[in-house]
Amino acid sequence: MDSKTAILYLENVNVSFDGFQALNDLSLSIRPGEMRAIIGPNGAGKTTMMDVITGKTRPDSGRVLFNDVHNLARMDETDIATLGIGRKFQKPTEFENHTVNDNILLALSAGRGVWQTLFAETSARENERIDEVLHIIRLDAVRHNASANLSHGQKQWLEIGMLLAQDPKLLLVDEPVAGMTDSETSETARLLREIAEHHSVVVVEHDMDFVRDLDVEVTVLHEGAAIAEGSLDYVSKSERVIEVYLGR
Amino acid sequence: MIGRLIRGGFDRTSWIFLTVLFGVTLGVAILNLGPEPGSTMHLSTFVVSVLGKYLTYALLAISVDLVWGYCGVLSLGHGAFFALGGYAMGMHLMREIGPRGVYGNPILPDFMVFLDWQELPWFWLGFDMFWFAALMVIVVPGVLAFIFGWFAFRSRVTGVYLSIITQALTYALMLAFFRNDMGFGGNNGLTDFKDILGFSLQSDATRVGLLIASAVALAIGFMISKAVTASKLGKVLIAVRDAEHRTRFLGYRAENYKLMIWTLSACIAGVAGALYVPQVGIINPSEFAPANSIEIVIWVAIGGRGTLAGAALGAVLVNFGKTIFTGLFPEFWLFMLGGMFVLVTLFLPKGIIGFFVNLKEKWRASRPPQSMPQEGD
Ligand SMILES: Nc1ncnc2c1ncn2[C@@H]1O[C@H](COP(=O)(O)OP(=O)(O)OP(=O)(O)O)[C@@H](O)[C@H]1O
Ligand SMILES: [Mg+2]
Repeated sequence: MDSKTAILYLENVNVSFDGFQALNDLSLSIRPGEMRAIIGPNGAGKTTMMDVITGKTRPDSGRVLFNDVHNLARMDETDIATLGIGRKFQKPTEFENHTVNDNILLALSAGRGVWQTLFAETSARENERIDEVLHIIRLDAVRHNASANLSHGQKQWLEIGMLLAQDPKLLLVDEPVAGMTDSETSETARLLREIAEHHSVVVVEHDMDFVRDLDVEVTVLHEGAAIAEGSLDYVSKSERVIEVYLGR
Repeated sequence: MIGRLIRGGFDRTSWIFLTVLFGVTLGVAILNLGPEPGSTMHLSTFVVSVLGKYLTYALLAISVDLVWGYCGVLSLGHGAFFALGGYAMGMHLMREIGPRGVYGNPILPDFMVFLDWQELPWFWLGFDMFWFAALMVIVVPGVLAFIFGWFAFRSRVTGVYLSIITQALTYALMLAFFRNDMGFGGNNGLTDFKDILGFSLQSDATRVGLLIASAVALAIGFMISKAVTASKLGKVLIAVRDAEHRTRFLGYRAENYKLMIWTLSACIAGVAGALYVPQVGIINPSEFAPANSIEIVIWVAIGGRGTLAGAALGAVLVNFGKTIFTGLFPEFWLFMLGGMFVLVTLFLPKGIIGFFVNLKEKWRASRPPQSMPQEGD
């Protein structure tokens, strides 16, 4: 692995919570433009890994590099977001009291400063972009509804729409299809593949049909370390992976 | 830019609010100044001053609603900013007494002569000028709030912990202002004011003038708050209130937003305090009492948190109730207040305003739908 050619490069990252080792010498490298799926049993450390990348959790040791120069381990959430890393949380956390439209508006890439937002006027360009995003995530019909009233699947899509609006260089997507119907799931896979054409994406998911649908390289996490990497077919043949999944 | 900002906040509620505010204010003013005292139409100056006081409370409630209702920062210390604004105004009014004090000292207020002080402390300098005092009314609470907020929000103190340190802030200030050697009149505070801008504080016309000034300040504070909360910044504030960490992952510096609204709110509270003092004729350290700050939050909760107009309404209604009840059965007032708070929290989570908004929505829903549903918030 080489940090120079990677958009995201993790090297020997360790995180422990009260002595419990959540990430154990985790190393991982994502190429620019790549989409990577991360799988692994509950508690493997997938969400913790995203917490480390986005500045929510500070690693005890190890390096986390973005574009080879930015050391994410030393930056806070806001700075990391500003660099161009967007995140969709495992549990949807859209702004419940805002309309679907305003959720997208807040995510839209634009000045994030206090004075900039105080005097901000939504431009025609921005409104067009909001329309586009709402169309892609199929929420145009409910754009003026409070997002709290959306179905679970719709909330998941709203989160993906917010990522689209934010237009980051690297997207971290935690369990996007949890709670979705089969048709919603395959629709989401299509949407992510489309997004991956112009972005680097890391997707965490338990749904194997969905991961197969994505048709990308897979990393298997177990007890805070990467134990296998390759195509889904390849890693499913790994004895270690079979043991981890069946031995639960 | 500013014009657009103000227009953005102007909606139907604003019209109703301003119409009622100025209707009542002008009505009271005319009925006080117009008819001869003794005639049945005449309204006493007491009513003028009490209404003026309520309006400053309403402005104070709006300032608390800005931070609590829109940004989720539950301040239990806003009484401190109110009192600081009040002290700044009180210091000016003391200087304006001049040689008419009991001891006749043209420079030193009576309490300093009494303490045997020889010269004015440095922090009293400049307060003989109204414009300077007026500036301090905004600057002192603003700077204190900025410094406090800078540390509190940057170290991500939130929720109940933040509320507790705001209580500590106002409590510490109360203890400090109680001390004679602080130079603010100790536990007697500042009082015996004679006039303001050359107009006698005893005259009806000045009282009416102060009432109108309070109404204007309330209107301006309301409009600023409306404009800010209706802007995109207002949407970010609500986002911070509901999911602070999410706003950070979107690239917003939540602490800067909190700091901005917190400081603005403290400045508004300071103005309210400055208008309160000449109307009640005294400012003393009890204004810093922690219980006062808690009471403000109750006004806002009863009127309707996060509605601005509701906060103002809550302040006026609760204080009207307080004036009536403390006259009739003073021992029961605090129980009444507590009881109201509990009832509202249980049955009217969105306060009085929320109750009426609900009624209206039900009424709308019960009618056959018209052409296009109105869009808006
Ligand atoms: N803040 C925390 N404090 C203590 N323990 C934590 C914390 N965050 C995570 N953990 C623990 O670290 C381990 C890894 O958690 P993590 O959420 O990263 O797993 P995951 O792979 O995302 O699992 P899932 O598939 O269930 O989402 C778990 O055992 C969890 O209990
Ligand atoms: Mg997880």
